[in-house]
Amino acid sequence: MANSDNIKNDAALVDVSQIKAINKVSFKQRMKAYKRKPLSLVLLILVGLAAAISAAALIFIIVYVLVRGVPNLTPELFSLEYNSDNVSCMPSIINTIILTLVTLVISVPFGVGAAIYLAEYAKRGNKLVKVIRTMAETLAGIPSIVYGLFGMLFFVYALNWGYSLLAGAFTLAIMVLPTIMRTTEEALLTVPDSYREGSYGLGSGKLRTIMRIILPSAMPGILAGIILAVGRIVGETAALIYTYGSATGYAAGPFNSGRSLAVHMYVLTNEGLHTDQAWGTAVVLLVLVFAINTLSAFVAKKLGNNKR
Amino acid sequence: MDKFTIENMNLYYGKFHALKDVNIRMKKNRITAFIGPSGCGKSTLLKSLNRMNDLVEGCKITGDIRLDNEDIYGDMDVNILRKRVGMVFQKANPFPMSIYDNIAFGPRTHGIKNKCELDQIVEESLRDAAIWDELKDRLKKSALGLSGGQQQRLCIARALAVKPEVLLMDEATSALDPISTGKIEELCLKLKNDYTIVMVTHNMQQALRISDETAFFLLGEMVECNSTDAIFSNPQDKRTEEYITGRFG
Amino acid sequence: MRLNRFREKAMQGVFFLTAVTSIAAVVIICIFLFYNGVPAMAEIGFFDFVGGQKWAPTNVPASYGIFDMIIASIYVTAGAIIIGVPIGILTAVFLARFCPAPLYKVLKPATELLAGIPSIVYGFFGLMVVVPFIRDTFGGFGSSWLAASIVLGVMILPTIIGVSESAIRAVPESYYEGALALGATKERSVFKTILPASKSGVLAGVVLGIGRALGETMAVVLIAGNQVQIPHSVTDGLRTLTANIVLEMGYSTGLHRQALIATGVVLFVFVLLITLSMQAIKSRSEKRG
Repeated sequence: MANSDNIKNDAALVDVSQIKAINKVSFKQRMKAYKRKPLSLVLLILVGLAAAISAAALIFIIVYVLVRGVPNLTPELFSLEYNSDNVSCMPSIINTIILTLVTLVISVPFGVGAAIYLAEYAKRGNKLVKVIRTMAETLAGIPSIVYGLFGMLFFVYALNWGYSLLAGAFTLAIMVLPTIMRTTEEALLTVPDSYREGSYGLGSGKLRTIMRIILPSAMPGILAGIILAVGRIVGETAALIYTYGSATGYAAGPFNSGRSLAVHMYVLTNEGLHTDQAWGTAVVLLVLVFAINTLSAFVAKKLGNNKR
Repeated sequence: MDKFTIENMNLYYGKFHALKDVNIRMKKNRITAFIGPSGCGKSTLLKSLNRMNDLVEGCKITGDIRLDNEDIYGDMDVNILRKRVGMVFQKANPFPMSIYDNIAFGPRTHGIKNKCELDQIVEESLRDAAIWDELKDRLKKSALGLSGGQQQRLCIARALAVKPEVLLMDEATSALDPISTGKIEELCLKLKNDYTIVMVTHNMQQALRISDETAFFLLGEMVECNSTDAIFSNPQDKRTEEYITGRFG
Repeated sequence: MRLNRFREKAMQGVFFLTAVTSIAAVVIICIFLFYNGVPAMAEIGFFDFVGGQKWAPTNVPASYGIFDMIIASIYVTAGAIIIGVPIGILTAVFLARFCPAPLYKVLKPATELLAGIPSIVYGFFGLMVVVPFIRDTFGGFGSSWLAASIVLGVMILPTIIGVSESAIRAVPESYYEGALALGATKERSVFKTILPASKSGVLAGVVLGIGRALGETMAVVLIAGNQVQIPHSVTDGLRTLTANIVLEMGYSTGLHRQALIATGVVLFVFVLLITLSMQAIKSRSEKRG
């Protein structure tokens, strides 16, 4: 007993930060070791260099876009009405917001429902589940231009919706489905089994348990996934050009064409007449996407805190 | 003759004082066993002998640790130290490559590239670890396919392949069945002719069976160190006696 | 009570239906692409289409050979891999094994941010910065194989870094400690034990990167020059399968339009092959682990 008391006191008596440890490896010692093994030093330098290049690429792109773009964030760029002089991005911003909302309304129920089935109902090793997962992965791998082609063939022509908000939204809904499915399923799987058992123990049915207990506790993870999907929708171009089209005004109804911000920027770039405005639009797009990603990371972090 | 000498050694993990004023000597060509309850610091001390504790964040060591009277925390290259002081871990950790490449990893690390020379080292090491006959026909097979006992002896052979002077064994048999354990104990007795062995063990009978010297640790203190016979038959400290008798009876 | 049970069953059915949506989606996508693309291939002749080197849809008579574009897609992807893979894997190694904790807190989100930049912004940046740089340094038009490779190489970095880093982190620490205990340097321990042990995960990241590079459209169409040819040097322009679709779909009609859809089918088949090989890699590594 006396001994364990000693230990507790000990930590209080010794100021650990004052200890001069002998197991510190000095820079000189390290260099001496590398002298014997120069290849290791080369590897270390390569690894550091690669990381520096990755970081530099990001910083360079962002700083360059900001420097060229911010001076072009003029009031005209945000005027309510588009014309070929001001190439205002306001209509496309509004269109993007509406497009995002409609896409989510379509894809979230399907994505979350599918994830609930996979995480809560499906039995382990079920063949069908395997197929569903494989298909979801296949969807995730399809390039956006192929989605664009399909959306054009199916929604625009086969269903005869024309270039329209709905055609664009449905196309993107399929595109972001795997993202929402995967993140939701991951979030559901982090809900501890004790929650389920506790709820069943109180006599609740499975459905009630899912709706009242599991979904709410997985909500931050699901939200983070949805926000991630929003990031993809906002940044998407190739899947939209031949589905949502590129009409310049506000898309007033579900069967009207409009251009999203990313498509707007593509058109500006392609025309080559409004480079300054394109830089400005790039800033708007970057800021939007980064804000969305940061929000997603923030929400996901909340989930991590909840778990503890 | 002393292989390792440790004087006034203290070790902290962050604020936790894990080893307190340890003084101990380990003799050449002897097996020294560290015994004591879990968390007493015996593994920590072992890992300080080849500086594997350097990997632990916030680990601070003071005092003096010498190998052949050379300060191992001074100017000695840590990679050379680890070549001289080999280690066998609690859980066998063969690399996910062939048996041959596992053994050859160390020699290759230290610059041996000649195929004939490597072949020779691989065979010698496996023979020294008494596992050559079992493995000689499957050198190109993955080491992960071996049984637990074979894996651990492979790891001993791997450690021997760099021609160390000291072999540290961190509860090297605790995950093995009695037959494999017996083989490794036998091996240790054979190896001590050429190597100095320091082992940490939970198993007091093992210490009694094969070690020449035994040190008993409790709560970060080295309570008693003596010849194994003396420790077990005539412990000087009451705590040692309590531990030993508590375990046996 | 009975109502309750009915509701349970009904909702289970609803969840099941949502789950099979992804199967339905893949099936419908396949049907529509093949239904619209395959007849064109038949009409042009499969080998004339895939192996033909002349793409002149508005000529009389028109010719629809996409061979040069298939090669171009492969060239651009290869270029992106040559640039992106070494940097990506080494960065992953740095993040997983060498990065001091405070730096990691900055660097990790930075690589994720890189993934968030929309491809149109990459394309625009490439057009305004990379293309002029190549024009001034190496001559030519600037819009080229090299420009597309550089930009795509950066674009696939976050994919490769992310997947490789988690693969490297999944390797048991005991391999690393085992190598250190034999007297290997930290670098040798990492590169000779940890990296080889994580190779199937790293490979999965590379394959995922290949898929991204092959399917990328908006960035490539702005900076690759879009000439239908097999480039002779890295400063020559080329037109990928994806670019072909975006460039001409707007004004195409009849067989021309169908040929473009068939181009999409070829791309789709490439991507399916990549997804399949990806899943093969994954199941193999799962079996072993």
